[in-house]
Amino acid sequence: MQHKYASPKFFYTLAGQLTPWAATITTLLLVTGLYLALFIAPADYQQGESYRIMFIHVPAAWMSMFIYMMMAGAGAVALVWNVKLAEIFASNCAPIGASFTLLTLATGSLWGKPMWGTWWAWDARLTSELILFFLYIGYMALQASIDDPRRAARAAAILALVGVVNIPVIHFSVEWWNTLHQPASVSKIGAPSIHPSMLAPLLLMSLAFTFYFFTVALMRMRNEILERERHTTWVARVLDPES
Amino acid sequence: MPKLLKAVGCLLHRDLTVALRRSTDILTPLIFFVIVVSLFPLGLGPEPSVLKTIAPGVIWVAALLATMLSLNRLFANDHADGTLEQMALSPHPLTVLVLTKVTAHWMLTGLPLVLISPLLAIQMFLPESAIGTLTLSLLLGTPVLSLLGAVGAALTLGLRGSGVLLSLLVLPLYTPVLIFGAGAVAGVIADIDVEAHFSLLGAFLALALAFAPWAAAAALRVSLD
Amino acid sequence: MLEAIDLECTRGDRPLFRHLCFRLNPGELVHVTGVNGSGKTTLLRTLCGLTRASAGEVQWNGSSIHNLGDDYRSQLAFVGHSNGIQGELTSVENLRAAACLCTTHAVPIEQTLERVGLAPYRHFPSKILSQGQKRRLALARLVILQKPLWILDEPLSALDIDSVTLITGFLIEHLARSGMVIMTSHQEINVTAKTVLRIEIA
Repeated sequence: MQHKYASPKFFYTLAGQLTPWAATITTLLLVTGLYLALFIAPADYQQGESYRIMFIHVPAAWMSMFIYMMMAGAGAVALVWNVKLAEIFASNCAPIGASFTLLTLATGSLWGKPMWGTWWAWDARLTSELILFFLYIGYMALQASIDDPRRAARAAAILALVGVVNIPVIHFSVEWWNTLHQPASVSKIGAPSIHPSMLAPLLLMSLAFTFYFFTVALMRMRNEILERERHTTWVARVLDPES
Repeated sequence: MPKLLKAVGCLLHRDLTVALRRSTDILTPLIFFVIVVSLFPLGLGPEPSVLKTIAPGVIWVAALLATMLSLNRLFANDHADGTLEQMALSPHPLTVLVLTKVTAHWMLTGLPLVLISPLLAIQMFLPESAIGTLTLSLLLGTPVLSLLGAVGAALTLGLRGSGVLLSLLVLPLYTPVLIFGAGAVAGVIADIDVEAHFSLLGAFLALALAFAPWAAAAALRVSLD
Repeated sequence: MLEAIDLECTRGDRPLFRHLCFRLNPGELVHVTGVNGSGKTTLLRTLCGLTRASAGEVQWNGSSIHNLGDDYRSQLAFVGHSNGIQGELTSVENLRAAACLCTTHAVPIEQTLERVGLAPYRHFPSKILSQGQKRRLALARLVILQKPLWILDEPLSALDIDSVTLITGFLIEHLARSGMVIMTSHQEINVTAKTVLRIEIA
């Protein structure tokens, strides 16, 4: 049952048209957001200038969760309705999501260093992100280990759904574990009390990252569609317009 | 229903018989469990106060790893000789058959770990008041490990490097059970009320029983495709 | 009655066959031939419901086998490349386990083992049996389960001439009782059936 919108060929053309727009919007949002974050938002009375890394850390953390949800959702669609495009979307989400998770961990580490003098702290968010990173890597490793693309996509979809159900449980458990074990002197890496002028750059950066995700996802999906459909005539025409 | 129960009993009996005749499969994870726990005093020194503090975490992590090691015998052997296919072609719901297999697996893998844990607790100078908690936490936790592990084993069926891949997939999912299982034992030592821990472990078991066999059955069908 | 409608199967990205259609009625046999790798095994597994076709449908008595699910599976017996027997179990235990898992009626295990010539070994672990004997044990399962539809992948491989005659006898009996058989085989099969349909996959 091939819906017009679910056809790889149609999507390839559509994605090609959308990508430049998405890229432009991403750049605009990123530039504006960073400007507001680095220059306009006031220095925090407690943390000084170093807190500004929050404007990358927090949106990156949100993206890492958001992308996993999308990945699981696309996986569900692929499993239930056998939509190839959903499979392609899901498998391309994973590296982007994993990158955002790594970005969260790296910025969290950079944030922690000036505050406590250590490059790592087992606080609730960082620990949850670390486990999320392992979940992403597991997903990618599973897909890479299966040769048949259809089996790979369906197995990965099941894994993503199991993961998505477990993520709230993991979050909750890690929160609890953290409150029990943290020594009194170490405070949580929390955002300082949000000043309204901090909210704008935070939201802008989140939107920028979201559009970045869509841009990169569109580009990656186009590549994968070309590879998967390489036996068809329309791909042959795309690759060699003269023939 | 009586037909299904008979099939379940039959499958349970078959799996237990086969496993008991391949006794090395059962003993290896158990010995591994004992060896891993014994390595810690060798690595950290035999000081009782140190060992006592790390005991809950160490015993629990060792139980996790031993379960991981044993998971390959859940489906891989049946897959190789064709009996897994036959099971997938049975007129009975695959979800129920998978649950039966996991039960047989746990009886010969998880349960021995639970039963030997008091000995390891003594080796690690765990106070006697905590030994009961340790055993009970493992009793509730190891079935969850087997159930979640079954999903991983089903997904990685027949893949090269499936042992390590399976660990990669399943260990992150084990973290909540580890946190509350080891936390319960540590809590008893610190004289904290651990009722919440056991309620949560029980909840995890209930959730795993409800969903894991179904996910594992779906994964098996994907892997047999 | 088993029907394949416009069946298409792919392996990886390559289609193995397209627009495959046939109908199998009681008492009939379908013999699938083709070179190695042509998709015979994939076809059989698709007919069992183990593998999903990329296009088309398989129907049992007018309903899609995917909708029927367990109801369809209760009507078929499959013997694939691997024997589906466990080495640690004896012949008797293997057959009993297979029966228990798939049927509810009493099964003549001892008699069947006699017929396939495995009676002397019935209480030994199956792993000591030779390849041919293991194959006979796997095929004995067909007689035990008494299902109307038999789906067999190279059933005669590893069998000597006497065993081939024995198994052919089983096939003839089954077809005479209005059973249905789909099988792949490199060898010729001498059966009398209402219809023998040959499908060659190229």
